[in-house]
Amino acid sequence: MSTTETTESRSRGKAPAGERVADWADGRLGIYSLAKANMRKIFPDHWSFMLGEVCLYSFIIIILTGVYLTLFFQPSMAEVEYHGSYIPLQGQMMSQAFSSTMEISFDVRGGLLVRQIHHWAALIFLAAMFVHMMRVFFTGAFRKPREINWLFGFLLFVLGMFTGFTGYSLPDDLLSGTGVRFTEGAILSMPIVGTYISFFLFGGEFPGTDFVARFYSIHILLLPGIMLGLVVAHLILVFYHKHTQFAGPGKTNKNVVGMPLLPVYMAKAGGFFFLVFGVIAAVAAIAQINPIWAIGPYRPDQVSTGAQPDWYMGFAEGLVRYFPGWEVNFWGHTLVLGVFIPLVLFGVVLGAIALYPFIESWVTGDKREHHILDRPRNAPTRTGFGVAWITVYMIGLVGGGNDLWATHFNLSINAVTWFVRIGFFVGPVVAFIVTKRICLGLQRRDKDKVLHGRESGIIKRLPHGEFIEVHEPLSQDALYTLTAHEQYKPAEIGPAVDENGVERKVKGVQKLRAKLSKSYYGEDGQIPKPSVEEYKEITSGHGQH
Amino acid sequence: MSSQDIPEENLPATHGTAVAVADEKNPFADPGLPPHEHRIQDIDERAAKRSERTVALLFTVSMLATVAFIAAYVAIPKEKPIYVFPLGHVNALNFTLGLTLGTALFCIGAGAVHWARTLMSDEEVADDRHPIAAEPEVRAKVMADFRQGAKESALGRRKLIRNTMFGALALVPLSGVVLLRDLGPLPGTKLRSTLWAKGKLLVNMNTNEPLRPSDVAVGSLTFAKPEGLEEGEEGFQNEIAKAALMIVRLQPDDIKDKRELEWSHEGIVAYSKICTHVGCPISLYEQQTHHVLCPCHQSTFDLSDGARVIFGPAGHALPQLRIGVNDEGYLEALSDFEEPVGPAFWERG
Repeated sequence: MSTTETTESRSRGKAPAGERVADWADGRLGIYSLAKANMRKIFPDHWSFMLGEVCLYSFIIIILTGVYLTLFFQPSMAEVEYHGSYIPLQGQMMSQAFSSTMEISFDVRGGLLVRQIHHWAALIFLAAMFVHMMRVFFTGAFRKPREINWLFGFLLFVLGMFTGFTGYSLPDDLLSGTGVRFTEGAILSMPIVGTYISFFLFGGEFPGTDFVARFYSIHILLLPGIMLGLVVAHLILVFYHKHTQFAGPGKTNKNVVGMPLLPVYMAKAGGFFFLVFGVIAAVAAIAQINPIWAIGPYRPDQVSTGAQPDWYMGFAEGLVRYFPGWEVNFWGHTLVLGVFIPLVLFGVVLGAIALYPFIESWVTGDKREHHILDRPRNAPTRTGFGVAWITVYMIGLVGGGNDLWATHFNLSINAVTWFVRIGFFVGPVVAFIVTKRICLGLQRRDKDKVLHGRESGIIKRLPHGEFIEVHEPLSQDALYTLTAHEQYKPAEIGPAVDENGVERKVKGVQKLRAKLSKSYYGEDGQIPKPSVEEYKEITSGHGQH
Repeated sequence: MSSQDIPEENLPATHGTAVAVADEKNPFADPGLPPHEHRIQDIDERAAKRSERTVALLFTVSMLATVAFIAAYVAIPKEKPIYVFPLGHVNALNFTLGLTLGTALFCIGAGAVHWARTLMSDEEVADDRHPIAAEPEVRAKVMADFRQGAKESALGRRKLIRNTMFGALALVPLSGVVLLRDLGPLPGTKLRSTLWAKGKLLVNMNTNEPLRPSDVAVGSLTFAKPEGLEEGEEGFQNEIAKAALMIVRLQPDDIKDKRELEWSHEGIVAYSKICTHVGCPISLYEQQTHHVLCPCHQSTFDLSDGARVIFGPAGHALPQLRIGVNDEGYLEALSDFEEPVGPAFWERG
């Protein structure tokens, strides 16, 4: 690829066609400088790093199949009589949106498959984003310099939820219409502006004849447009920051160890796209999803039992289901707290995880770059918080399906609801405490392993009759990996009086910060990792056991 | 670098600064990248050949699957069912298209990944990272450039320009906001009234016939709409979303609420079908207890006691419709609902 080679090959004749095309492009786009930096870019390898890839690929699959669906779907709420090939619904009144979705499902060959791939890919997209976000959270990959990319990812998750919601509302079937009605009820609960927003969104009273067309432009243009921009920005930052890696021999905060983009990652990641697509296509062939012909067209006075939103909306559904029906009437107005507080809580719970990186960096006061991932056990407070957050989320999901829990497990619906109401407060606290203790236990075990070696399973009898289990010392690699993590010291406020004996002013925030820091990194927050002195004292002593 | 109130020594030492060689002094030091271990394909050409054939086989299967996809698209009629264990009867075209497409895609992926894992170099390489923040000289240059530019623009000095520009930029988006006004009409009192009015007959939703008291049996649940509201007509969805009615017949002695009894006819009571929580239609009736349950969020109302909420997230009772019987013996409304139906809202009061 060097210049001498090119001149040489030119003197013998024309350069290969590929090279000539590349030269042409470079003269106009400057691709060689881009390729120099990125063609052999190193990517570390770990199974959890492919979760983000699942997100990206399912997003691409959704766009591909979505474009196909727009060729046939009619976003109109004009009432028509159905005359398609699905006999049970013939002669029924329905909106054009519903009837064109029926046409896609029954009269367009492969239409049903594409519809099902689109819907399955959306569910997988959201699930993958959730798990990917948790991976980033629990390994501390959100720390400097990646806080902004964390926010981009979080925004993608939230926008994905609303894109999914506006998408499954489009067929105007009985189930999705019920979900839209629920949304309208939630909007109405907003103080002062709720009624106006509802009338502007629906073009008048619910359901009106506008919302499918409006949701359609939001679903296929507005939100995916923003998301595409965010995805590109997210990926640019991944490239720019270079990927994080777990601690291990030869892996430092200043390097990145792995395999080059060309050829290994190109093949692995490119191949993985096809794997994801293939699996989703097979799932769409086997597992039916959203059979609108069995659900029927929407009528605001009809409903079926067991109505459930798609999973990612279940948490919001749960909040609305288990919140008590508080309503306050005053001066001719109604404050619908029973619906409005859940609406606010929905934002608060999501916001808590989004803002966590900034809270943690404030507590640690650490402004350095971090490229080595934490093992979750080595950050017990963070891990505890994350598990507590997941607990709140999962309890919301249980609450959102309280009727299904009741019918499938023969429970009283009242009991399930009360369990969820109490669990919302107790669950996260218990989860936090338990998780933190497990993390500290695992830290102790790591310390033990470093100092005393690993259990070999060999029982040895000593000359005086005592039995001992032989512990084998760890390899250098393992010793390094287990002791490579950093441990912070708790921040201190300093003495209460200055050198002249005058009381120092300590701000409330500083006290709070010192308190938080102590709970993060104090005696109860982490197990001091073994020191070289401890190790030497034990290994130079009476052998390993 | 670190923040003002946390001293530097509180931060742990940055790992990997000193590439210490593992020795007597520090047994925990970084031993460096482990030596590369060869795979069987790296040393045995026959194994490498086997891998090559596997990859080629996967790619070939993919090609065949695509051919099968096209054949299925052409050959299989779109409504043909097929029995597949354990799925039962499924649409043959959808099933075949999905599986062939899935196979074609999956085999490309599996081939590529197998190729990467067995035949491409698996030697780990280290690349240097560079700090994201710019060097101090670069920072100084940028700041100086910015100051120069700001000075040349004279934005700080010519306050009149600055203030009017900010004013103009702040106002211009208002046009965009104003343009949204015609998204919908103002609410007015639209949520307070329904199609029900004095003298409107109660029409059975299923038979489309006006109801007589004798049509409503004790323990049954009947859905009704106001006369003149026909499915398929313009505005039907909006009107039924507010006017949907459920009618049950109780023993007059069972009715605990005094007003409910007054507004009923021979124990027949009519309530709004739209849940006061977020507007789902209520459809589950337990005739022994006279409870109705909304299947969406499980709000439960006691129809024998003014439809007050006895469980779930709803905030207030279901509105009742005053009914009576007209001269011809049909059930009729005696007025519209006295309060707004459906979910509560700010102006409801």
